Amino acid sequence: MHHTNITHFLILEVIAGLIAIAALILYPAAMYYSKKKNRSWHWGRYFLFAAGVIIAASALTGPMARLSHTDFTVHMLGHLLLGMFGPLFILHGKPMTLIMRTLNVSYARKLSKILNIKYVKFISNPLIASILNIGGLFLIYKAGLFEFMHTSVLWFALVHLHVFLAGYLFTMSIIYIDIVTHRYSFLYRASVLVAALGFHKILSKLIYASPPEGIARPDGETGAMLMYYGGDIADIALIIILCLEWYKAAGRGYIQKLT
Amino acid sequence: MESENIDSQRRKNIWSGILFGIGLMALVDEIIFHQLLQWHHFYDLSTTFIGILSDGLLNAFALFALVIGLFMFADLQRKQSVQKRKWTGGIFTGLGGFQLFDGIINHKLLRIHQVRYDVNVLPYDLAWNISGALLLIIGIVLLFKSKQERAGS
Repeated sequence: MHHTNITHFLILEVIAGLIAIAALILYPAAMYYSKKKNRSWHWGRYFLFAAGVIIAASALTGPMARLSHTDFTVHMLGHLLLGMFGPLFILHGKPMTLIMRTLNVSYARKLSKILNIKYVKFISNPLIASILNIGGLFLIYKAGLFEFMHTSVLWFALVHLHVFLAGYLFTMSIIYIDIVTHRYSFLYRASVLVAALGFHKILSKLIYASPPEGIARPDGETGAMLMYYGGDIADIALIIILCLEWYKAAGRGYIQKLT
Repeated sequence: MESENIDSQRRKNIWSGILFGIGLMALVDEIIFHQLLQWHHFYDLSTTFIGILSDGLLNAFALFALVIGLFMFADLQRKQSVQKRKWTGGIFTGLGGFQLFDGIINHKLLRIHQVRYDVNVLPYDLAWNISGALLLIIGIVLLFKSKQERAGS
């Protein structure tokens, strides 16, 4: 793969690094404000959040980001970290809950209004979120976006922003860790999760069969298998968390019946 | 009301077993035949698109079934309503059902991959499907017996 301008990609790395550092600083600052309002916040959440930010950022900045331009397997590892593992950890830091606590009442109300507009409701439906997430991946690897994004820094940045945001949206639409404005039933979320995981597997096999243009066959095969099995690890985490939620809810009914 | 409750507990026991059985067999398939023996191929070129589609969705479902089956069992245990015979019957039904489905639909009809390559595949297919059918029959017999027991007592 050839790049017209390597410095443009360096600028992107710097921007991604700065955003990550800002997030790592703003979170404890928000914790401090929250504490001032006498609502303390568990430090453990910061570690989860920070782990997520670092995992996601490592795909976009530093040695892995540079290698990902030439090595398809590293590229795939980056996508797993940016789109699956990063979001999973960041979500467990409950950033939205922390923001709500930090803001004063009028701003918190405005934010909750934004969370309740139709568009947000629409995209946070698990089915729509997974189409945005997995559908986006199909566009990247099966519709030529992969080749195209390596010719322009702007497109490269937009595609990666989408991978992260769609991954985060999907994760928070399936497991209810942070603030949830529109709830869906366990069965619906479970079905969507199974379908999304299925199509993730399907896509990795299709990549295995015919990798994007410019990728050598063995490279494509290793990358596709990493996508398949790496995706399994992320998805089994999602499945366990979702089922644990079911288990807790089932126990609540039982305990109420006893008393 | 009370009998309805017993009925739903019975169903939960069976389903917990079936789901866990499906997931367990998928796991055995993946670990033993794909990873350890490497008889199955991740992808062989004769796979149809429908084959990839059905295999992906089936394996995703099996992963989910493994986890929810165990959580359902934990829930039954907590509520002290585990019925071991029904649960075991469910497991065998799930194990055999998945094995047979994998052997007939996935291997033969959709040709996702074969049991083994570069050998005469017929004995392998027979062993695969007969063992699947046996497991399924054991499961159904166990479930049937546990039903009779309940009716007799």
